[in-house]
Amino acid sequence: MNTSIIQARPDFAAIAAWIPQGSSVLDLGCGDGSLLRYLRETREVRGYGVEISDTNIAACIANNVNVIQNDLESGIADFEDQSFDFVILSQTLQATRNTEALLKEIVRVGREGIVSFPNFGYWKNRLQVLLGNMPVSDELPYQWYDTPNVHLCTLHDFEFLCAHLQMRILARHVMANGNDVHVMPNLRGSTAVYRFRRNA
Amino acid sequence: MDNSVGIVSAQRAIFDIPLIFKSGAVLPRYELMYETYGTLNGDKSNAILICHALSGHHHVAGYYSDDAKNLGWWDNMVGPGKPIDTDKFFVVGLNNLGGCHGSTGPSSIDPQSGKPYGASFPVITVEDWVESQARLADHLGITQFAAVLGGSLGGMQAMQWALSYPERVRHVLAIASAPHLTAQNIAFNDVARSAILTDPDFHGGNYYQHNVVPTRGLRLARMLGHITYLSDDAMADKFGRELRHGKLNFSYDIEFQIESYLRYQGDKFAAYFDANTYLLMTKALDYFDPARDLDGNLNRAFAPAQAKFLVVSFTTDWRFAPERSHEIVHALLHNKRDVSYAEITSQHGHDSFLMQDEQYFAVMRNYLNNVYSEVAA
Repeated sequence: MNTSIIQARPDFAAIAAWIPQGSSVLDLGCGDGSLLRYLRETREVRGYGVEISDTNIAACIANNVNVIQNDLESGIADFEDQSFDFVILSQTLQATRNTEALLKEIVRVGREGIVSFPNFGYWKNRLQVLLGNMPVSDELPYQWYDTPNVHLCTLHDFEFLCAHLQMRILARHVMANGNDVHVMPNLRGSTAVYRFRRNA
Repeated sequence: MDNSVGIVSAQRAIFDIPLIFKSGAVLPRYELMYETYGTLNGDKSNAILICHALSGHHHVAGYYSDDAKNLGWWDNMVGPGKPIDTDKFFVVGLNNLGGCHGSTGPSSIDPQSGKPYGASFPVITVEDWVESQARLADHLGITQFAAVLGGSLGGMQAMQWALSYPERVRHVLAIASAPHLTAQNIAFNDVARSAILTDPDFHGGNYYQHNVVPTRGLRLARMLGHITYLSDDAMADKFGRELRHGKLNFSYDIEFQIESYLRYQGDKFAAYFDANTYLLMTKALDYFDPARDLDGNLNRAFAPAQAKFLVVSFTTDWRFAPERSHEIVHALLHNKRDVSYAEITSQHGHDSFLMQDEQYFAVMRNYLNNVYSEVAA
């Protein structure tokens, strides 16, 4: 099961690689708890998830991971300052409403934040826009009228916001089709994972 | 009777070591009625204790050989293949001390006076119950429960277990519960108690000797309670403004269906429940407050807990609202305890915890499956 999760979600592998043994982790929008379960089984992580969907809550409990049913944007207020080593937001940033406030909350509650999101600057997305349509792809599988993604951004955009919020980016991992991208990441990368913290 | 535990019988445990109450009162001897379902495994690690709420008792599941219609109060939850699976767990249900279903309570005979305890039965607290339940566990040879669980007042007992006996409970399931009652909640209980206390048949709690029962007071108390256990929406759905006879009668008789329903519920309850027990139960609810001696600091109150927790609330429960469960979760998070929290969408108000619901049952089943994996390993 472990390997299949990592294969299905390359961003999970990138996230897990940054998390040392025995860390405490809060996973916002944790889905069925797969990542938390993987981190517990491979890194003895003490973790909690926040999730809103009923189906996912039942699945998290089946996966034997701690999960709190709440809206991740308002629910994070219940967590105390610097109470986790890592706060993770995987493939959810683009669907949050108060994105700026949430990023601030992530570095309030976590000593570090880890965020993964689809790169809107990926060349295939740019091409579709250039040809006159909103992009639809594996990373962005929605039509413009039914998408939950209200805050899409490029790598540049995200880095600009981090600077604006006085957050220091500690590491960045950009991928496309499961492979690492090092050259021209804002054009060639479809998924980005960032690790950041508050400027001391 | 598919997947029922089938025919069950109640048992009685007798305790001769005096129980000292939180109030300082002493009960030299007491009896507890209980039922068990399923089989205790070799290392006695698969036991689950079910704590009941205000009006509950030891008959949690199954039925009696001479009364097949008398189904246990949580039969939908407890049984073979059900969320609390009696094929896996050894389930214990009891009638709490102070109850009126066979355990020693105000209606029992005080051996010292030869008369019912009545008003002299000590005011009991959730801590006292846990103490008496721990002795029942000793009696059954259970040193650690796989889980202690309950809804409402039952959830308070389950939480108290984790605080009084951290090493004796692996998991706590606190359902539709609260870390303490709000002023509004105490107010409801006070009105209910006033109804009983002011009933002319109450006789200061010693009505047994007068061969009367404060039925009117108990009935009003239950009617009031019943309103608070339902949601506005559920009542509107079920009764609306429907009239029994289709027209206004310009009288004070029963006209609306809701009136008929409430009075029926009140009569039914007053026919079998003891008024003194009702007083005791509501007082235990009011007093429960593990943070009371800690300047109201719930984080510190939960510090001794070692158990893993499942906290469940229901969206339309305004008597034990989801916000109250959030407080429990917050204190557990502060203490870095394992905790999961499910907020079940249900229209049935506080009573939801007794109702069958797909999501609620999935959460309970999945959680308890993991508990079983732990203790069966």
